[in-house]
Amino acid sequence: MSETSENAAFRAEARRWISSNAPWHLLDAIMASPPGSLLLPEDKIAAQKSWQMKKYRAGYACLPWPRAYGGRDATPAQRLIWHEEEGAFARLHALFHNGQTMGAPTLMDFATEAQKLLFLPRIASGEDVWCQLFSEPAAGSDLAGIVTKAERHGADWLVNGQKVWTSGGQHADYGILIARSDPSVPKHKGLTAFVVDMRGPGIEARPIRQMNDQTGFAEVFFQDVILPDDCRLGEVGGGWTVALTMLAHERLAIGLEMPTGFQELFDFCRGFQIDGQRALENAEVIARLASFDGIASGLENFMAGMMGDLARGKPTGPEASLIKLAAGQLMQRIAFYAMDLQGVHGLQTGGDAPALGQFQGMALRAPATRIEGGSDQILRNIIAERVLGMPPDLRADKDIPFFMIMRGQ
Amino acid sequence: MTGEFLHFAFNDEQEMMRDTVRRFLADACPETLVRSVLEGRTAFAAELWRGMAELGLLGITIAEERGGAGMGAVEQCILAEELGRVLAPVPSVSTLYLTPELLRIAGNEDQQAKWLPKIAGGEMVCAIATINVPDNPCVVAGGRISGQKTLVADAMLADLAIVEAGGLLYLVDCRVAEVRAATLEVIDPSRPHGSLKFEQAGAEPLGSMGEGADWLAAAQDRAAVYLAFEQIGGAKAALEKASAYALERYAFGRPIGSFQAVKQLLADMFVSLELARANARHACWVLASGAPGLQAVAARAHLSASAAFRHCASDAIQVHGGAGFMWETSPHLFYRRSETLGRALSGPRVWEKRLVEALEELAA
Repeated sequence: MSETSENAAFRAEARRWISSNAPWHLLDAIMASPPGSLLLPEDKIAAQKSWQMKKYRAGYACLPWPRAYGGRDATPAQRLIWHEEEGAFARLHALFHNGQTMGAPTLMDFATEAQKLLFLPRIASGEDVWCQLFSEPAAGSDLAGIVTKAERHGADWLVNGQKVWTSGGQHADYGILIARSDPSVPKHKGLTAFVVDMRGPGIEARPIRQMNDQTGFAEVFFQDVILPDDCRLGEVGGGWTVALTMLAHERLAIGLEMPTGFQELFDFCRGFQIDGQRALENAEVIARLASFDGIASGLENFMAGMMGDLARGKPTGPEASLIKLAAGQLMQRIAFYAMDLQGVHGLQTGGDAPALGQFQGMALRAPATRIEGGSDQILRNIIAERVLGMPPDLRADKDIPFFMIMRGQ
Repeated sequence: MTGEFLHFAFNDEQEMMRDTVRRFLADACPETLVRSVLEGRTAFAAELWRGMAELGLLGITIAEERGGAGMGAVEQCILAEELGRVLAPVPSVSTLYLTPELLRIAGNEDQQAKWLPKIAGGEMVCAIATINVPDNPCVVAGGRISGQKTLVADAMLADLAIVEAGGLLYLVDCRVAEVRAATLEVIDPSRPHGSLKFEQAGAEPLGSMGEGADWLAAAQDRAAVYLAFEQIGGAKAALEKASAYALERYAFGRPIGSFQAVKQLLADMFVSLELARANARHACWVLASGAPGLQAVAARAHLSASAAFRHCASDAIQVHGGAGFMWETSPHLFYRRSETLGRALSGPRVWEKRLVEALEELAA
């Protein structure tokens, strides 16, 4: 089978450019990092920013975006080709993921043209890191239940409250904030969205020490933060629309790869022996690998189908919720299975552990994948209601003013 | 994966063909027909088979000069999915998926000219007999075959059998006294299985003397893709029935589909189905385009379709509650069929091994 000559040329050009420009000295460390983490021998923020800027200057950043905003108007096929060629270096994209795949498209939908020209190229180049200020200690799955306040303060807004699980919040230059601007109306109607300068006064981002001893998220505190009204995104009271748009972009953004650990498991099994026999000749191992492969490859093929639909003009729908749902559970099962094969050695972590501790790293990260950006249970509800047409659940908070809704202690 | 799979989609003509087939099957293959075969009141859905022949559906992959429709793998996949949806009680795996492939891969000119038109015309059913009975293995001497095969799909319906003996494949006419078929009790009698006993029956080598096992494996890879689509058709129909029931059945004053416990079951069925469907689409593309790597993608497609069909069929019963455990309701028909189709080509252990072997070759 042959690619169109245009695509083949694009692939050749991309491959050539990557071979002479990618940070090859980091490749081993990137590959050895467990899925979901990045363990580099140098400053990983600097390494990510440097690769992003190189790509931006060469026209390989944010490929599908319009050129005016820092992209290259690439086709979905080119995006896929780039992804294949970039390979493991794509993992240096983690820092920019939220800004480029959620923040920026939301700005494209809601910001003024001046704001777009100001913000988007700097997001594409990696100069500015953006975050999403959504979840709160008492509002995760029930996102519309947030209580961070945005009150009128003359022509400006006064913001007080706390956000949590803000990906990369401690590294962010800007964030998109959803705050409660009117507690006297039903909860979805009293929200407003803002662009926030994370370096401004009254804002403090503290990294959260996670159960896997990494710090990918921050909690962000707002104390009497003043936001001019031109920081507002969308209508007053239209914050839920902005939030939904952003979450829809998040779903669209997942489109090419979700780490599941399958390749790592397969490579591990290739070199592993059970009772003096190669693991790949053991019927039980074969059965488990085949079953995991069906899900891991199913995800790849599903995402390719989605990209193809997109290329043919069919937008991604709520069925894409299955991607993270299946990938998160699979990663956890794969990690546990590899650790079971390792026996007692499975309890060891770090570089001295079998397979450099990759599976222990995965096991300690996978619980977050199953919660962040929509828990397994929320995603299943979305599939059941929005794909399969099941009726919504009965709700105790419908159509009553937000301040009257029951809350836990 | 390459960028080209991205552009794979069923085209308008193929979607039209699907509509035609679906409309035809809605009339020609109601659940009452499935039950009639299941309960032994009808030995063979002859009218359905004849109707399929008239529409050209029995010779989709058979060349026009052999009496077929001369279409491709994609159209065959579409047909298979539609057959799966309605639980068609027809000899699909033996006669539609395997035999034409085997004849094409291994058969000589005369054999192809003789048998392919008969398949396309609906004039014959061909069984594939590979499983030996340990104390009576099949042996060929002087053009005569003796021995017994078991778990042969469609054995009682077969006009012809392709029989493995001593590592080679033989064509055996089953409409003779030297071949006797006996029905076996199976989990889904709407897909009957039997044993075939040969006593000095005439046996003609398939093609020239060659590697029967390799030919069979090559034909099975291709058939596995079609089979995966049939399984996916069944899984999808089971999920649709469960979803419809969840909307119409009320408990505690509301449709049971509004309860999260039921939603979560349905959503997980959907996930299994969609992942399997994605793998099947990929395999269909590889088969139709001739891209390399068929062994891995065919094995994967069949295995994940087996898992999805089992998942959807078993949890469809769960969603139906007691109503799903009755003989008269349809969920058990899907449940039975899923267990049959999961074993229609050698069973899961064989495919798992073929998949992992192929993955290892790719990794080397």
